[in-house]
Amino acid sequence: MTEISVPKMSLVVLVGVSGSGKSTFARRHFKPTQVISSDYCRGLVADDENDQAATPAAFDLLHHIVGVRLRRGLLTVVDATNVQWKARQALVALAKSHDVLCDAIVLDVPEEVAVARNAVRPDRDFGSHVIRRQRNDLRQSLSKISRDGFRRVHVLRGDEIDDAVISYERAWTDKTDLTGPFDIVGDVHGCASELDTLLAALGYVDGVHPDGRTAVFVGDLVDRGPDSPGVLRRVMDMVERGAALCVSGNHEQKLVRALDGRKVRVAHGLEKSLEQFALEDEAFNVRAKTFMQGLISHYVLDGGKLVVAHAGLKEEYQGRASGRVRSFALYGDTTGETDEYGLPVRYPWAEQYRGRATVVYGHTPTTLAEWVNNTICLDTGVVFGGRLTALRYPERELVSVPAEKVWYEPARPLTSRGREPDVLDIGDVTGDRYVETPGGTIKVREENAVAALEIMSRFAVDPRWLVYLPPTMAPPETSKKDGYLEHPDEAFAEFAAAGVTRVVCEEKHMGSRAIVVLARTPDDARARFGVEGAGTVFTRTGRPFFAGDLQDRFVAGLREAFAPLLEDSPWLVLDGELLPWSAKAGELIRGQYASVGAAAGAALPVAVRALEAAAGRGLDVGSILDRARRREINAARFREAYARYCEPVSGLSGLRFAPFQILACAEGATAVTRPHDWHLDRLAAVAHPLVHATRHTYVDLEQEDQRGAAVDWWTALTDAGGEGMVVKPVAHPGGRVQPGVKVRGPEYLRIIYGPDYLESLDELRRRFLGRKRSLALREHSLGVEALSRLAAGEPLHRVHEAVFAVLALECEPVDPRL
Amino acid sequence: MLLTISTTREPATDLGFLLHKHPDRVQEFPRAFGTAHVFYPEATDRRCTAALLLDVDPVRLARTQGKTTPDFSLGQYVNDRPYAASSLLSTAMAEVFRTARSGRCAARPELAGTAIPLEITLPALPCRGGPALARRLFEPMGWDVTADPIPLDPAFPEWGDSRYVTLTLTGELRLADALNHLYVLLPVLDDAKHYWIAEDEVDKLIRAGEGWLAAHPDLTLITRRFLNRRTALTRAAFARLAEVGDDAEETLEPPAEEEVRIPLNTLRRDAVVAALAELQARSVIDLGCGTGQLITALLDQGVPKITGVDVSAHTLMVAARRLKLDRMGSRTRERVDLFQGSVTYTDARFAGYDAAVLMEVVEHLDPPRLPAMERVVFGAAKPAHVLVTTPNAEYNPRYENLTGLRHPDHRFEWTRAEFRDWARSVAARYGYQVEFRAVGDDDPEVGSPTQMAVFGKEDPA
Repeated sequence: MTEISVPKMSLVVLVGVSGSGKSTFARRHFKPTQVISSDYCRGLVADDENDQAATPAAFDLLHHIVGVRLRRGLLTVVDATNVQWKARQALVALAKSHDVLCDAIVLDVPEEVAVARNAVRPDRDFGSHVIRRQRNDLRQSLSKISRDGFRRVHVLRGDEIDDAVISYERAWTDKTDLTGPFDIVGDVHGCASELDTLLAALGYVDGVHPDGRTAVFVGDLVDRGPDSPGVLRRVMDMVERGAALCVSGNHEQKLVRALDGRKVRVAHGLEKSLEQFALEDEAFNVRAKTFMQGLISHYVLDGGKLVVAHAGLKEEYQGRASGRVRSFALYGDTTGETDEYGLPVRYPWAEQYRGRATVVYGHTPTTLAEWVNNTICLDTGVVFGGRLTALRYPERELVSVPAEKVWYEPARPLTSRGREPDVLDIGDVTGDRYVETPGGTIKVREENAVAALEIMSRFAVDPRWLVYLPPTMAPPETSKKDGYLEHPDEAFAEFAAAGVTRVVCEEKHMGSRAIVVLARTPDDARARFGVEGAGTVFTRTGRPFFAGDLQDRFVAGLREAFAPLLEDSPWLVLDGELLPWSAKAGELIRGQYASVGAAAGAALPVAVRALEAAAGRGLDVGSILDRARRREINAARFREAYARYCEPVSGLSGLRFAPFQILACAEGATAVTRPHDWHLDRLAAVAHPLVHATRHTYVDLEQEDQRGAAVDWWTALTDAGGEGMVVKPVAHPGGRVQPGVKVRGPEYLRIIYGPDYLESLDELRRRFLGRKRSLALREHSLGVEALSRLAAGEPLHRVHEAVFAVLALECEPVDPRL
Repeated sequence: MLLTISTTREPATDLGFLLHKHPDRVQEFPRAFGTAHVFYPEATDRRCTAALLLDVDPVRLARTQGKTTPDFSLGQYVNDRPYAASSLLSTAMAEVFRTARSGRCAARPELAGTAIPLEITLPALPCRGGPALARRLFEPMGWDVTADPIPLDPAFPEWGDSRYVTLTLTGELRLADALNHLYVLLPVLDDAKHYWIAEDEVDKLIRAGEGWLAAHPDLTLITRRFLNRRTALTRAAFARLAEVGDDAEETLEPPAEEEVRIPLNTLRRDAVVAALAELQARSVIDLGCGTGQLITALLDQGVPKITGVDVSAHTLMVAARRLKLDRMGSRTRERVDLFQGSVTYTDARFAGYDAAVLMEVVEHLDPPRLPAMERVVFGAAKPAHVLVTTPNAEYNPRYENLTGLRHPDHRFEWTRAEFRDWARSVAARYGYQVEFRAVGDDDPEVGSPTQMAVFGKEDPA
């Protein structure tokens, strides 16, 4: 048995003459999808696997497929003769351009075997001279193939070919099986005393954590500080005992080269290390050098969720191996320029980082460790008199200790990198998208994203405020009761059937849906949302509610109103309805509803009079007249229905906000999933002229009398001109159960279905609810997801992705009357 | 939904002969979306009134039309069509009184050719243009017009009048002419037709307008509105009306019903094109390209690479059609690129241009979103030059009829000082230099209507 070991993520290049058994070998050892053969590609581009004229096109295709697979991190095997240097060179370059390793497996079979195999294949009608030429190429190659740039070349001959067994090597960087918890420590730079203080603060006793936590050092243990050997000794001991991991920093690299006697510029604190190493004995010097030489560029930890690299690492380099990956990990994304202090200009790669893995790094000293797109730099410049900082993972807590003194003068003054304006990228929102939510993966179609982009860009509030958009809500199954399109019975039946035992019926306010974000102070807003101001209020499509300073005055009023809640939590996100309807919908009411009312009011009495005159002449207009009279009454009721929700508003006076849910707050960041009694009890504590209470009643669905009482409650509410009610399971249901359904009153529905809709009930009952109900569920899941991402401190683009998706789904065509 | 026609020409009941509908009968005419009824509320020798009542079922209307309905107001259940004298009434009238409209009457041929005293009432006529337009359109044919505006809602007097009027027409006219006037002018006043406008609409218009339309002082408005502003059809109609022998010649020239804007657009575009030529920009990205006017100008100028970006996919579709992208020769086509993007989202596709143009774009962004735009354009895309134009608010008092901002979507309009402060601070933050130019008539007191900033990167590395 011959064991061949190849890297888990790599390009494997098979080398051998035609008839050497490459395809058979590939079939035996690899999945069919992993093997890309030149014959197959030739077939794809020429309908003939042996059309040699199509070879260039076939290799174009082959390289393309291989490139896509490598980009996606898939092991790929190339089944082509590859006996010529040029062919192999192209593949090695392809692997390198995707930062994956490349192995070659050579199948070296005698010429007569290959000729004999080809002879029995009718499609291989080329002569034996072709094989001979390939054999010659291969023989020449074999002497130099080790210089082609393959990580390893495996040559198999005779029985070895059939006996071979493939095994897979994990990359050195692959520590995905280690799940921590970790304490990741920033750049130490020879500050041994501060390191001991920090380790003690983290709970380490003599380099070991009693709870089995693992320390991870981001590199740059040495140079500049007072005791680089001491730091190394501590870290080496911990690593050897399995209590720590360490990646290489650029200073370790340079120190190793200096210790090796190579010519390096002695600057940036290297001189300190060299002085200190000169005082150590030879054994220490050897141990330290070996340790530093063995440090690798980065680690991928915790199932791929955490990456530690000295200078950070962009997503496409994580877990990969190449010179440029190592260079990025050690030096960062340098542009080759230097700044006015002679230090390299570093490209702010973290601003564009969109990877799922958390990246923890050091290298660039700043005054404060701050999260940027799920990455954090822990170098807080202890050696320059700053602090030594560690990150507890997965807790995401920062622990730091101050420098005992300024050990080394910085070449450039330490600054905070400053908060970037959290600019979103077009790639965060466009194209077909699949958003992971607790309710499953939700697809957002490209054409909907296209429409949403315009709304979001032109009309929505700052995306940092826009942490949520409310989902649409479906009615229950259409009622069959005489005179009703919607009735509470169906809502109760639906939830009872889904196993819900307790629901709350909340008065449905007829106004405009409003999401309110409030902060106790502008500082709290800056800390939580990274945005200036103390709050905002926006519509269900993310638009600001009011223009100019009215918005600010309204927010100020609400902050005053919700002061009791803001005492417990420095910020709040509330869901509610802004009243009256006419405050926001004035134009719609005048242009649509009042216009219809005006036309009806002018036309119908005249028509009734004309018909009465005709009847007076003895003409048989009875049924026409009846109908005209009914329509006259219907039109009057229609007018009453909309007029009920219109009140004069001037400035703040007349405006009211009726909250019914606390979407998020500091104490329970995803408050949205808490039971509704929690929400309603808290909101009940707010009494203020700007705040309108949401009347509600709880129903035990197993108690028939409670159901009946709730129906009466609804009837009274709607008879008095109310829009209707929303029925919600008290406990957040999850799964396929609607988070709530709306049951609208018969008079209110005139606004939706027209003045005479009760005359066409049978027709209207044939409405299709499925799409609306599915949409309601999907949008709800996305909203909850957006809030959980906010709660988990995920970067803006992740929150925005889910919020944007709600808006995109709202662009799906659905019967707007539902 | 109701139309009454009365005459006092004795014997008034002869109206029944003219209309081909017996005064003592109630007749019913089924239509796709409801039923038309004809009956006579009064029928004496001295005065006779015929009523056409169109009973529109809005639910049926909505359901029968479905999603493909051409007129979205019909797709809604809350709809004025059941009450208002719209084009639905006009077409129903045209069919129910088809023979009368043609002026044929076997029983009373002479009467059909005679002008008789008529009174026509429409209790709720949608009238875009108000009572004045109703008078303007009917009076030239000899009608006395009473058009009373209907308030939106008496309980809310602050809402003012609705778009409906109660219309009464009185005059001595041939009945057939009266019906044809209504047939053409009801949809014109309503200005929202309910079906697709096809070629044969021109025929219908010509037929119904025979003898009066070509000489009507508002011929242009009537034709354009009746044909739903389809320019090609309107031109066809004008040409045909000219054939008919009327002096419609002068109306053939640019039909311009919309207000003629001073060509500030053109001045602005020319200023941008000139600035780009000075900068020798060989690749230009037009952020907020709209329907592509600047792109056309730059193509003419021979700029080798022009990219148009707009946030509205629909606008880009119009731009592609206007530029005739699909029919462009491949060499020209390679010079142009159009795609959807937003200036508040960084976009790798924005990078690598000699110049970016933000022509009348910044004022459409809410002020708190400006830093994001600055970062996307000046910080991430980093073109060698950026041209920004925006209105100069100081100039606004020079526009006679302007109250407020120049466009409903403008979030702000800057004075010259505000614009300069903003531009200089952006330039300082992102390493650009900036100079300013006036676009349009440079008023010594208030400056030019449009202001332009030309940014140049200090270190074009």
